[in-house]
Formats: sequence, structure tokens, C-alpha cells
Amino acid sequence: MNRMVLSLVVVVAALGAAPAGAQEAGHVKVAKGAVQIERAGQKVPATLGAVVQAGDVVVTGADGSVGITFLDNSLLSAGPNSVLAIDRFAFDSTTHQGSFESSLKKGTLAVVSGKLAKQSPDAMKVKTPAAVLGVRGTEFLVRTGDPKND
Amino acid sequence: MVSRAALATLAVLLLVGCAKPMRDDLYVLMPDQDGKTGALSVESGGQQAVLDQPYASARVTEPGRVAAGPITEQEARRAFGAALDAQPARPTSFILYFLEARDELTPDSRQLLGRIIDEIARRPAPEIVVIGHTDRVGPVPYNDTLSLRRAERVRDELVKVGIAADRIRVEGRGEREPLVPTPDGVAEPRNRRVEISVR
Repeated sequence: MNRMVLSLVVVVAALGAAPAGAQEAGHVKVAKGAVQIERAGQKVPATLGAVVQAGDVVVTGADGSVGITFLDNSLLSAGPNSVLAIDRFAFDSTTHQGSFESSLKKGTLAVVSGKLAKQSPDAMKVKTPAAVLGVRGTEFLVRTGDPKND
Repeated sequence: MVSRAALATLAVLLLVGCAKPMRDDLYVLMPDQDGKTGALSVESGGQQAVLDQPYASARVTEPGRVAAGPITEQEARRAFGAALDAQPARPTSFILYFLEARDELTPDSRQLLGRIIDEIARRPAPEIVVIGHTDRVGPVPYNDTLSLRRAERVRDELVKVGIAADRIRVEGRGEREPLVPTPDGVAEPRNRRVEISVR
């Protein structure tokens, strides 16, 4: 009985130790060169293990690239001179329902979709200034930019 | 007589003559790592292309102008090399099996644990979830405790080789999620397990 109580305490403690931010969406797993996360007007360097939240804008420099693993196992990685906004991320780890919307403002992006897109074909969307991409459980590449401004 | 070909040529010249393209957008569907290929819809200014073959691509030179066509693997690699090189390692998972009613690994699983540790050690900033399970022998509260003990046992092995404890989440699901469904009270080695998810 004592052991049961103890294990309950451990479970509660483990839950309590999980990062409290409901907006936590993913973590930086690869960061090369200059990579920053813009959040609420502040810029923080995107170091290995850094949390990425819904609402963040990830920016890479001329020598930068970044790889992010999201909570639903989606993988997004951006090449140099890229601006990637995480517009919305919601994931129910039990039902795998939710939604994931991101925008590549410029640059290059490689995507491996995760559990959200697998559960529901409309759950994942990637936007660029010129197009909206619908994802049916897959891997794809996105380049967008206005040549005159690059 | 103005031939149809001449009209077509004129149309092409007009298109080409329309200054530089406004955009340089490229969308490419890749084959999945497991060999299957999904689909990607590209919608721009009311025009849509559906890509459903490996290396199918769509170019958008201005909103509403979508040109679909294949590109080569080499072209994709050239255009997206840095983004592809920055892809995080694929999430993966393992199953370890346990001796009946105990938190001791089977000999096979003990060997596999070494490979799992190597895999975790290769990953930057790993996130690890360890979930313990039991078969349906014994009462539910007993199995809840046993499943958590199994998971904690695996966590302890990972921590022992230097993996940070705060990167490991531990859960016990008792007998609720059998790999092989059985009636209550049935001993089933495949259900005495810990699942380790790594990303």
C-alpha cells in the first residue's frame, strides 16, 4: 500500500515537473550559424534544446540553419535566410487531434509531417506569401521569396 | 493566315516578356522514408496543384500562376541542401520485455538496452518517454505499481550511463494497454514490457 501511495506521488511529481507552458510546441534539435527565436518582441538565440512555442518566429542568418522537432513528431528544418512563423500549434497526445499552422515568409523549409497530419488530413497547413499547402501525411520542401528583395 | 502555332509563339513571347517573375517559389513532394509517398496540395490565388508522386513539384511565379512538373532528386538537393541537412533525427521507439511479475529485463532485452542507449547518446537534446506495462495477471493496483517500477528501472539504467534524468518522462499504464489483448488473469510475456520513445 505504501508503495502504491509512493508511486502515485511519483506520477504526480512527474506531471508537475513537465514544462507548464501550454503553448510549448517543440524543441530545437539542430542549430548551425545564426539562428534566433523572436517571441513577444524579444530575440533569443535558438540553442540546442530551446523550447519553440506557438507564436514564435524562427529566423536564420546567411550562414544559419535550424531543425525543430514538434510534440507530434513533425520535423521542420529551415535553411539560410529563412523566416518561419509558428502560427498555431495544438496537439492532444492521447487523441492525436489538434492543428499545426506555420508560415514560411521567406527562405527554404523541409517538412516531415507527424501525428497531427496522420490523424486528420486538414490538421497541418503551411503557408507562404503566395500559397497555402495542404498536407496529406508526407514529406515535402518549400522555397519562397521575392527575388527582387533577396 | 495567322497560324495557330504563330499565335502560340506570340503568347509565349508575351508571357516571357512580362518582366521578371515576381516570385521564385518552389514546392516539392518528397518520398517518405518508409518508401510511401503522401500528397501535397498547393493552392495559390484560386489555382491548385496536387502533388502525389515523388519529386513532383509546383512553381509559383506569382499568385495564381502555378506550374506543376517533376524535378530531379539532384535539383531538389541543390535547392534545399541546407534545410535537408538540418532535419532532426527521426523520432523512434523501442520495446523492452520483462520477466514475469518482476522489474528485471529478459536477457534479449538487456542486450537491446545497450543499442537503445547508443541511439539516445547520438541525439542532441533528446526527449525520452518511458512507459511501463504489465500483463493481466494480478490485481489492477498491483499492476499499476509494477508497470511504473519497470519504467523507473529503465530510467535508472539510462541515468546510470549519463543521460540526464530531466530529459526522461516516466509513466506506468498497468495492464490497461496490452500489446496482445487477453482475458484477465492470463500470463502474456509480450505484454510485460516498457516502451521507450526517443526524439
